[in-house]
Amino acid sequence: MSYRNETLQSQITGSKDIPIPKRYVRQTQTRIVLHNLSKNKGAMVGLFIIMVIVFIAIFADVLLDYETDVVGINISQRLLRPSWKHPCGTDDLGRDIFYRILYGARFSVSVGVVATTIGLGIGVIFGAIAGYYCGLAEDIIMRVNDIVSAVPSILMGIVIVSALGATTFNLMLAIGITSIPQFVRITRASVLSVRNQEYIEALYASGMSEPRIIAFHVLPNCLSPIIVQATLRIASAIIAASSLSFLGLGVPVPAPEWGSMLSMGRQYVRSASYLTIFPGLAILITVLSFNLLGDGLRDALDPKLKK
Amino acid sequence: MSNMILEVKDLKKHFKTSRGMLHAVDGVSFSIEKGKTIGIVGESGCGKTTLGRTILRLVEPTSGEIMLEGKNITKLSRGEMKKIRKDLQIIFQDPFSSLDPRNTISQTLTEVIKVNRIRSGKQEIKNRVLELMETVGLSERLMNTYPHELDGGRRQRIGIARALAMEPKLIVCDEPVSALDVSIQAQILNLLQGLQENLKLSYVFITHDLAVVNHFANEIAVMYLGQIVEKAPTEELFNNPLHPYTQALLSAIPIPEVLEKRPQILLKGEITSPINPKDECRFANRCLHDYRECRQHNPILREVSPNHFVACFKV
Amino acid sequence: MEERKSLHDPVLEVEDLGVQFILENETINAVNDISFKLRKGHTLGFVGETGAGKTTTALALLRLVPHPGKVESKKIEVCGHEVTAMTSSQLEKYRGNDVAMIFQDPMTSLNPVFTVGQQIADSIMLHQNVTSAEAKARAEQMLELVGISANRAGEYPHQFSGGMKQRVVIAIALACNPEVLIADEPTTALDVTIQAQVLNLMKKLRDDRRMSMIMITHSLGIVADICDEVAVMYAGRIVETGTLVEVFNHTKHPYTEGLFNSLPNILNRSAKLKPIPGLMPDPSNLPVGCSFAPRCKYAGPDCTCAQPKAHWFSDTHMVACAAYQREGFAIDRPEKK
Repeated sequence: MSYRNETLQSQITGSKDIPIPKRYVRQTQTRIVLHNLSKNKGAMVGLFIIMVIVFIAIFADVLLDYETDVVGINISQRLLRPSWKHPCGTDDLGRDIFYRILYGARFSVSVGVVATTIGLGIGVIFGAIAGYYCGLAEDIIMRVNDIVSAVPSILMGIVIVSALGATTFNLMLAIGITSIPQFVRITRASVLSVRNQEYIEALYASGMSEPRIIAFHVLPNCLSPIIVQATLRIASAIIAASSLSFLGLGVPVPAPEWGSMLSMGRQYVRSASYLTIFPGLAILITVLSFNLLGDGLRDALDPKLKK
Repeated sequence: MSNMILEVKDLKKHFKTSRGMLHAVDGVSFSIEKGKTIGIVGESGCGKTTLGRTILRLVEPTSGEIMLEGKNITKLSRGEMKKIRKDLQIIFQDPFSSLDPRNTISQTLTEVIKVNRIRSGKQEIKNRVLELMETVGLSERLMNTYPHELDGGRRQRIGIARALAMEPKLIVCDEPVSALDVSIQAQILNLLQGLQENLKLSYVFITHDLAVVNHFANEIAVMYLGQIVEKAPTEELFNNPLHPYTQALLSAIPIPEVLEKRPQILLKGEITSPINPKDECRFANRCLHDYRECRQHNPILREVSPNHFVACFKV
Repeated sequence: MEERKSLHDPVLEVEDLGVQFILENETINAVNDISFKLRKGHTLGFVGETGAGKTTTALALLRLVPHPGKVESKKIEVCGHEVTAMTSSQLEKYRGNDVAMIFQDPMTSLNPVFTVGQQIADSIMLHQNVTSAEAKARAEQMLELVGISANRAGEYPHQFSGGMKQRVVIAIALACNPEVLIADEPTTALDVTIQAQVLNLMKKLRDDRRMSMIMITHSLGIVADICDEVAVMYAGRIVETGTLVEVFNHTKHPYTEGLFNSLPNILNRSAKLKPIPGLMPDPSNLPVGCSFAPRCKYAGPDCTCAQPKAHWFSDTHMVACAAYQREGFAIDRPEKK
């Protein structure tokens, strides 16, 4: 049986070869999304700021010397007001606040990203199983999910850190666990809608196994809400980390985590408010940027807004 | 008979719903010879789509038998069914939702070939993909395009290429042209016909449009509420429709010609519910006849003339 | 409206209508220079495939073209009133009262949170000075008229099937006795037997009220059933127009011929389907000259240099095809009777 049958060819396609307009080439979905995103000024601002913060976080170790700049106590220089030499002033132990904020970016970014990754990694898997297989598996997963999400995140954080000790990793773990329920829910909802699409049925009819279908066809099509959720989650993770550090349960002193800096500055709110304002601003700007980017991504990925 | 590619015997598919048992497919039997086409015609709610999927066991039948080339495939395990799937393929109605929007044409076809080990080796697979594209009339230049960049007709060709990639013997075509424009419909129908002639394919052609099956179905089965009400060779069905529903269906088809008033059989009312049907003729509610016996038993499909089957008390 | 139009007076006159959608990096020419007349009591069918511009034309008549569409015309006159010059309050009176429109998908045409009786009554109260009790009574009358029992007026759309929903939509449209009804593929989403019922209903109502109708469809069969006049659209232009007999039995335009050839016809089983090769052009990138030329088997150099001029075969039969300037040109499709 030959498929290369000239007569058949001209019969079935018709003689004229239709020219393909230029637009047909390479209109990948990623490109469309990036294009839409670039039109959103807020998202672009957010993205720029995030890149700056990430850059600082990565290179802070190189640019600053931890011992002298960040934790080196210098009582003679304590509580200096902001000046050219110390753009954000110095704290009650004489440490330069500006340097501490820069270094603190490492903690915020790393905790935010790692915690979210933990939540995403576990949450997406369970959400996908619940959404695809339904039935008993779904019921069990969703009920456990409901239990986990019913616990307030701060409380969960307190419990875990108290039980396991106040290290950076435990902080990431605690916040990560509280991030899981949202990912489970969102993934399940996405998977439920995708799996009812005809192409999933078509793939099954083409002899593909279900795990393969889930991994290569269902999940990739569910990415959009997961990406948006992840971005927004990083923002809440940073706030959660700051809150726990503020309570003394986060990254151990003397690490310049923004939340613990806020906590230490509490007693000086009236006399030296710059001790709290600047770390607070740092948290604000970082979280706002992630939120702007997340919102922008959500709009850019919204299929209704696509041309 | 060794000439039969597919035999369906008393196939049933019932769904449990909160309001009762939904009899989507209720005792359907037919058979097709190799290289021939059977048209399954009916309106929405008649169960033809469910029938198509049940034959492929994408939906598990409640009871009945499906025989592919004499082999009973109704109770095969998942693993065994996977091997059979190569011979039994499906083309879907909506050319957009039946393709993964994240895969290019080449990726879609390559994956099917790779997963089923129809060819191996990168170059071999690529050649096969190009061959398939050419067979269905897709230009080589479209290899790396995504479904959303193409029109409905081309997308449907991808669907056909995907079905052909498995080198099947039988293809269930579930309303393959209903979502396409008129002039594209003709292109795709010609393509399907050409493929049947060249590759000796058999089709189960599901549609609501009698005019479409007219052209290349050898036999037509008319479905109503899960049952076949009439089955006959195409020409016989058009020239001599016996079941009142078939007659109404034929008279309702708009004809693109300026004609004098044609006798129109207008049915009264709407389709009744397939949930918990009573033991009566399911068409009785809308039928112009509606004798007493029609309300007492469900008529059985019986042969009234060579190869012409009807389920009706009036005949 | 007020004056009683005599038969054959045009109730709707459109001249040089064009609709463009201006996007950031391209302009979509949806409708290009369309002119037509609708006479009282007549039914004009707009036939064409997806993308031909039929729906956009209909929306333009009601000034419902969505943003970023731009409508340009020399004249859009309904019952003597120029539509583009209307103020918003005049438009509100005009829409639903003089010209009513029914859409393709009955599922989304009805508001799911109001009963069908309420929706019909709303339409009546909007345009006529009646009490709500009178409107309710009239709504029930309309339901009976379209074949739905009046005591179902208190039910919600989801309790009706597709065919019945479309009847409700027709009832709403006809509640104020419009002069012109525009029906945009009203039966496409319905089953064949239901379609026959609904078309029959529309014919009856039209004849009883001497209503003029524009029927937009892609089905030549429906056109043959219900229309008196036909306008064939392609890529935003009317390529052929005339009475039903002229266009069907004395077809002149190659595209119309192609449409007939690609249709499966149950009266003529053996004829092989002859599809039109290729695709309708991208409306943002229309070719110079005749838009159909790339797919036309009769195309010649005279077709691609400029827009083909209209060629009149009779008072009513127009074809836009440059080939008819050639000596003795005729298409292959045979004439009938």
